[in-house]
Order: sequence, then C-alpha cells, then structure tokens
Amino acid sequence: MIELDFGAVLEQWPLLVHGALLTLALTAISTIVGIALGIACAWVRVNGAGPARLLVASYVELVRNTPFIVQLFFIFFGLPSLGVKLTPEIASVIAMVVNLGAYSAEIVRAGIEATPRGQVEAARSLALSETQVFLRVILPPSLARVWPAMVSQVVIVMLGSAVCGQISTRELSYAANLIQSRNFRAFEAYIIATALYLILAIVVRRLLAWLGPRLLFGRELKAR
Amino acid sequence: MLMRRCLAPIVAVLALSASGAASAQSALDGILAKKQISIAIPTDFPPYGFVGTDLEPQGLDIDMANYIGAKLGAKVTLVPVTSGNRIAYLQTHKVDLVISTLGKTPEREKVIDFTSAYSPFFQAVFAAKSVSIKAPADLAGKTVSVTRGAIEDIELSKIAPASAEIRRFEDNNTTVAAFVSGQVEAIATGASVAGNMMQKNPQLNSELKFVIKESPNFIGVAKGDDKLRTRIDEIIAAAKAAGDLNKLSQKWLGRPAGDLPN
Repeated sequence: MIELDFGAVLEQWPLLVHGALLTLALTAISTIVGIALGIACAWVRVNGAGPARLLVASYVELVRNTPFIVQLFFIFFGLPSLGVKLTPEIASVIAMVVNLGAYSAEIVRAGIEATPRGQVEAARSLALSETQVFLRVILPPSLARVWPAMVSQVVIVMLGSAVCGQISTRELSYAANLIQSRNFRAFEAYIIATALYLILAIVVRRLLAWLGPRLLFGRELKAR
Repeated sequence: MLMRRCLAPIVAVLALSASGAASAQSALDGILAKKQISIAIPTDFPPYGFVGTDLEPQGLDIDMANYIGAKLGAKVTLVPVTSGNRIAYLQTHKVDLVISTLGKTPEREKVIDFTSAYSPFFQAVFAAKSVSIKAPADLAGKTVSVTRGAIEDIELSKIAPASAEIRRFEDNNTTVAAFVSGQVEAIATGASVAGNMMQKNPQLNSELKFVIKESPNFIGVAKGDDKLRTRIDEIIAAAKAAGDLNKLSQKWLGRPAGDLPN
C-alpha cells in the first residue's frame, strides 16, 4: 500500500496558490482577448473582402491543425531569432489568445450562419447600417446559440495552459512539477493539482455561463 | 547524470561476488607484452564520449584513452560501455581500464581502484562573454535557465541571490533552447550538456562563468592492481605537468582542467 503524505505537498501551498492564480489570470486575459479576436475573425470570414477572408481562413486552419505546445514553443523559442523576446507569461498569453481566437472564430461563424436571412433583411429594411445589423441583430443571438460551446472551448484552453509550464511560466502544473521534483511526492502533488484544475474548471464554466447572458447577449435570449 | 552515478555502485556490488580474488598478476605485464590495451569508454555522453558523424567514437575520454595507449606503446581497443556496466567490465577483466566519466565514491572504492583524476566534471553557470558574471551574487537581476530537479537546480537555488530569476525547464533540451534562443541571459547545467551546446552554437560566444559543483573523473583499474595503477598515475602526473590534461579539457570542455585531485 502506498503511503500518501499530502502534508509534504500542502506545506508548499504558496506555490500552489500562486500557480492557480496565474492559471486563472492567463485564462481571464486570453478569454477576453481571444473571444474578441474570434468575433472579429468570424465577421471577416462572413462579410470581409476576398483577401482578408483568405488571410483569416489561413490563420484559423493553421492554428486548428497544429499542436498547442508547438505554437507555444514557436512563440517562445522561435520568435527571438526574429528579434522578438517575450517573457514566458506574455508568450503563454499570446499562444492562448491565438489558439482561442482561431477556435472561437469557427464557433461564432457557426452561430452567424445559423441566423435566418429574414432577420437580416428585416434589419436592413429598417435602414440600419451594416455595423448596426451585425452588432445588434446578427451577433447577440449568434453568441447566445453558441455560448455553451464557447464556454467549453475556454475551459479546454485553460486546461491546455498546463503545458505553459514547459517554458517556465509558473502556472499550476509548473508548481506541481516543481514540488514533486523537490520532495518526490509525485502522486500527492498531481492529485492536488488535478483537484485544483477540477475546481478551477467548474468555477470558470459556471462564471462564464452566468456572465454571458448578462454581458454579451442579454438575458431574454438565454431562454431560447 | 544522477542515474549514471548511482547505478554503477549497485552493479558494482553485484559484480563483486563474481570477480573473486584480485588478480595477483598485473594487467600491465599483459599490455606491455601484447602491445594491446582494452579501454572502456562512453559513447552516449558528449563531449566525453559520443559517436561522431563518421560513426567513430570521439570525445575527451576517447582522446585520453588513446593518449594513455600511446604512452604505453600499446594499440588501443575501445570498448563502448554504459553507465551501468562499466565497473562490471573492469571486474571481469574484459577491459584493462575504465575511462568513462567515472566519479570516485566510497561505494565504488570498495570494488575497484582509482588513479588520479584526469578531467573535471562539474555543474556550472555559462553565459555570453559580454555578460559579467563572476560569482553567484552577480546573478542578481539576471535570468538563468536550469533543468528542474537536477543537481544544479538544487545547488543554484541555494546560492543564487533572491533577485536572480531562475527559470526552470522540463529537460536539458528546453533549458538549452531557452539559452540558445536568448530567452535567458545565463544557463546552469552540467559540463557535458554545456560542452555539447557550445560546440554546436559557436555564435553564442558563451563561456564558463563559475562552477556550482565539482566532481572530477578518475580512471578505474581492477582492485589490487597496484602496478598498473602506479604506471597510469605516472602518465597522468606527466600529462598534467606537460599541460596535456589542460589542453584536453580546453578542447572538449572549454575550460582548463583546474585543480585535479590525486
């Protein structure tokens, strides 16, 4: 029988708390910027000019068809040869934003394409500008339709941020790795890290499900 | 590295029962008579021993083996060994000498004898020549990459000032990549990894800044073979006096041999 000694891991709690907070902070920033980027890209893919659509399509396909850790290594280890040196934390945020931006572009596009044509034509006949039509008529119900998928994607990106420890970002799994390399309590360290990720994921999921209708698309659309 | 140094004693103790009594006859007589010497060398441990693009073993240990062979006037047969079996090879007389980044430990001294040290092994901090670092205190405000959990991580964490930013990476490859790509100003790593890195990246113009921990390499001879050990010690002492050990160390490790213990 394995003897578990959680005390040896828990006495390093400042590391774990710092790691969990950094994971949350990385997720918060990349959620806001990533979703904004995704909406912008979705707009371009639906309404943009030919070359811009091609550009966005290339970005989306490039990111969705390459591993996250490779994107991260490219930004952190590759870009310096072009003279761009980023701290591990900034590199992690950029990688997460780029990743979430591409996936959410496709999620939002699905919502936009499901908008009935009549709704758009009705808005135009009321002499709304194209920007107004997109922001007030097309986007809110689209986001409401795809919000559960979007929240899942955010959680996936947050859990994926575990690999950011590979470039020495001091997030949660970095903390767990560091602790177990010092006291060799691997089992306990990873059980605690797993539990913390689970809690973070549930909190983020609940929070976004609550925030979405209130901030982005209005509560009446949620009922649909 | 830790494995390399810990495994061998276990194997050594196991092999002890097989080796039996120390040979009364010295291996040196056979070497001089046949003009032939077998030497165990590493092939998985650059720059001490590795296989080059021509598939021939090369490195500091191989150079040292050939050097000793030349001094004895014997043809050298290189025998590639692993960390785990190198001491057993010596005990079963499959080789006459082990020149394979062998560190001296009390456990090993029970089963084989050691000559004087011939080359340094160490963990150290490396950085570009333009960066001024002479002691741990100079790391203040600088970024250093290190492999998490390695000896150098644990030692550096003790001696580095609080304002030094120690960036810990998953393995030697990412630690080196962080330094080579310029993400950190300095790197703390073992001589083997650093030697390989500097060899492949001359454009970095990096050099050794200070040593974190020393653990020099010795040549292993069979237990009780004082005649061979004495002769090898003479060769090492002469090589040291002539500056040949320094040259060897400079060539492969980028630093002088330093103060090697006898």
